[in-house]
Amino acid sequence: MTDASLAVPRSRRPSLGQSGAILRRLASSPAGAISLGFILLLFAVAIFAPLVAPFDPIAIAPRDRMQPPSAVHWLGTDQLGRDVLSRLIFGTRTALQVALAGTGGAFLVGMCLGMVSGLGPKWIDSLLVLLNDSLKALPLILFALALVSIYGPSMVTLGVIITLSMAPGYFRVVRNQVLVLRNADYVVAAQAMGASWLRQSMTHLLPNLIGPILVLIAMDIPAVIGIESGLSFLGQGVQPPNASWGTMLSEGYAYLRQAPHIALTAGAPIVLATIAFTFFGEALRDALDPRGAGDRR
Amino acid sequence: MGSYLVRRFVLALLVLCLALLILFLLIYAVPGDPATIALGPRASEAQKLLFRERMGLDDPLVVQAVRYIGLMLRGDMGTDILSQRPVADLVLAALPRTVLLALVGLGWAVALGLPLGVVSALNPNSWIDRVVGVISTSVVALPSFLMAIYGLMLFSVTLGWFPAIGAGEPGDFGDQVRHLVLPALAVGIAWVGYIARLVRVSMLEVLGENHVKTYRAFGVSNLRIALRFVLPIAVVPVLSVLGVGMGNLLSGAVLVEVVFSRPGLGSLAYDAVVSRNFPVLFGSVVVTTALYVTANFLTDTAIALLDPRIVEEG
Amino acid sequence: MSAVLSLESVSVLYRKGRTMVPAVRDVTLEIGRGETLGLVGESGSGKSSLATAITGLLPSGGRVDGTVRFEGSDLTGLAASDRRRLRGTAIATIAQDPFTSLNPVVRIGRQLVEFQHWQTDRSRAERWRRAAEMLAQVGLSDPEARMRQYPHQLSGGIRQRVAIAAALLVNPRLLIADEPTTALDATTEDQIIGLIRNARQAIDGAVVFITHDMSVVRRLCDRVAVLYAGQVVETGPVGTVLGDPRHPYTKALLACDPAGIETPTRLLPTIPGTVPAPGNLPPGCVFAPRCTAALPVCSQRSPRPSAAGPGHSAACHLMGTA
Repeated sequence: MTDASLAVPRSRRPSLGQSGAILRRLASSPAGAISLGFILLLFAVAIFAPLVAPFDPIAIAPRDRMQPPSAVHWLGTDQLGRDVLSRLIFGTRTALQVALAGTGGAFLVGMCLGMVSGLGPKWIDSLLVLLNDSLKALPLILFALALVSIYGPSMVTLGVIITLSMAPGYFRVVRNQVLVLRNADYVVAAQAMGASWLRQSMTHLLPNLIGPILVLIAMDIPAVIGIESGLSFLGQGVQPPNASWGTMLSEGYAYLRQAPHIALTAGAPIVLATIAFTFFGEALRDALDPRGAGDRR
Repeated sequence: MGSYLVRRFVLALLVLCLALLILFLLIYAVPGDPATIALGPRASEAQKLLFRERMGLDDPLVVQAVRYIGLMLRGDMGTDILSQRPVADLVLAALPRTVLLALVGLGWAVALGLPLGVVSALNPNSWIDRVVGVISTSVVALPSFLMAIYGLMLFSVTLGWFPAIGAGEPGDFGDQVRHLVLPALAVGIAWVGYIARLVRVSMLEVLGENHVKTYRAFGVSNLRIALRFVLPIAVVPVLSVLGVGMGNLLSGAVLVEVVFSRPGLGSLAYDAVVSRNFPVLFGSVVVTTALYVTANFLTDTAIALLDPRIVEEG
Repeated sequence: MSAVLSLESVSVLYRKGRTMVPAVRDVTLEIGRGETLGLVGESGSGKSSLATAITGLLPSGGRVDGTVRFEGSDLTGLAASDRRRLRGTAIATIAQDPFTSLNPVVRIGRQLVEFQHWQTDRSRAERWRRAAEMLAQVGLSDPEARMRQYPHQLSGGIRQRVAIAAALLVNPRLLIADEPTTALDATTEDQIIGLIRNARQAIDGAVVFITHDMSVVRRLCDRVAVLYAGQVVETGPVGTVLGDPRHPYTKALLACDPAGIETPTRLLPTIPGTVPAPGNLPPGCVFAPRCTAALPVCSQRSPRPSAAGPGHSAACHLMGTA
């Protein structure tokens, strides 16, 4: 098709003023609206956990061990008689804390190194790209087990592990965006007018990055939840008696034959949360860039 | 072609060395006694002494790092502090089982995800495309160990269709296959969605290219164009993403092994964590890293065979 | 002279939102055996859309109204599979952009064999041999070696020769060339035009040559149809249309042709303004907003084609006055 009339000129720069329109587009897709609703619910549950939970999540009651779901304990009790529902609710808190801290840390590290790589001399760029590839080459779960063994299991270790494993994604996005902008006409023009690169990055880089980074965070949260629950399942993540979906899964796994309801219910929020965040990420990406919405999934 | 592969090989080696350096720094450059950290709390004084001598812990850090990387590349990963056997023997015995699980898991995911992606791309925005889209988006982020636990509960504990733990009787092929089914399903399920999505996007992009029009202008059927002339181009980016995703695949296989108590790298490393047998743990990290780098190099080779342009552009 | 191809009030419409927008409107043309018709116009005039209406390769959401007859039979009523067979045997296309029109990861030889896949009477070896012959015929040295190469290893000119050879492989009775020289430099362009001129003699049928370049029309075509905003504004024998243009748009196009400029100048003449978008056509004559000779009537009523000589007609209100 040569007809130039069919080629629609398009702008690559979403401005902050468009955020209202983006939010409207997001909410107008069923997947976006439902996943956004569920995520807000998760955050509400996490924030108000002490108010929502019917029981103390770590109070043990040996006489009520491994009870099936009942009117008192809606989702039953675990091997120490603790209320499964209350533990799930506090587990939500753990999951979101780890998810936000981990992706936040990864974003900061990736952002800084990505800027250095994109703006710095060629050799630094090559070195950082190589370092990035090397970090990705380390097998996540085994590497995490090694780190936990050296430094001991704690929230800090968990945060470092997640930051290290997720930072390469942010590094790549930021670096590529910086490289694109470095050669973009309007940036070159502004530089010729004497604008400093710091000012440049603030005015051009950040608005261009917000969209892709938000999408990346939404897509990474399921992965982080997977890592946290995986490590906790192996007993190397969140430590008992603290409630986490992974530790509950691990306890439920130990009593799979006697009390299957523990593992079954502990897995459910992991499934729902990962699905919700994935759909939300997709809907967010389509809302930010409606052109390719149908062609890209 | 030759020079391209040589370059990729050198790069792969460089990545492996740098990854080993990261590992080295985490063990040796932290405050505390490196021998205790590297061998774990259960190592005897004699073992630590031997270790200090072997690694030359009094040398400057740079010398130590080079020595460490050299030892690892030669496959000398120390000795198991409990059984006194070389770590390399233990790890290499476990490796094929993990590779088998990962490959079978990925294999069925490709066998299902690829056709789904192709069908979606050939009928964009049709009901089948939407169904495939929703399903693949739903499964793409599910943690494989969770699928393993659910699979175990449903198909072994409740239905009794498949055995729950172990890898099957040695020598009994049928038994081994039955033991492989559930773990492989768990390892692969997220990849079905991932591959279907990647193939769809990549196919749609290539289908929009000009040469497709040429073939249609010569009356070649759309299906034939898609399978013989579009798919070979469309799988190239899919392959490179899969190469990078190999790490996730191995991590998934490791956790699934623990769930099913299947012998392999995952069980080996997990047992090493539980028994504080650190040389075995670090050894499995090193070997898995090497496995990842090798898999990536093989992916690069496959890409070079599929797309002659890449070789010349470098 | 029997018509190889005849178009009767053909319109091509594309879906845009909820409405159908016409890219080509009410085109009636006839191309006889042995004839080469030039379709001329700026980008956006609907030339390529008209070509897709002939081949039946409209993008999804597109629709053709009117009748397209090939050797007397109506193509628009044909089943998709019959249409496909026709494309592989009787109607061939030379693609526009030699850099993207060949599959980048398949060797030339295999592609040329594939293009003959409706020639079921030929064996694989025969198809290969014919492809080599045809490459030699379009002037490529060492065709066997070329056939073992990938497209990116060949220059644009050689690739376009391959594309011409490909089109001739199927013995077409209608050859459609969609701006085959646009992406090439001037020397290569000359060679390719020479090849197409030879090809015209080799095939037993007709050629439709799409271009925006009047000098190419002059060198290659027997008849010309000038398209503007999806309409034929003037048509006739090349000699009369180019020698005595009656429509202001044709005159403007000729004035813009660098080959027609005799005295050296630094100013390349252009037609001010742009072709209106298909969904946003002006009332009356579509060219009126850009026409230097427009009358008040031009923006009110659409002019009908009227005869200007034997086989020569133009759609312009000025026809009676000028």
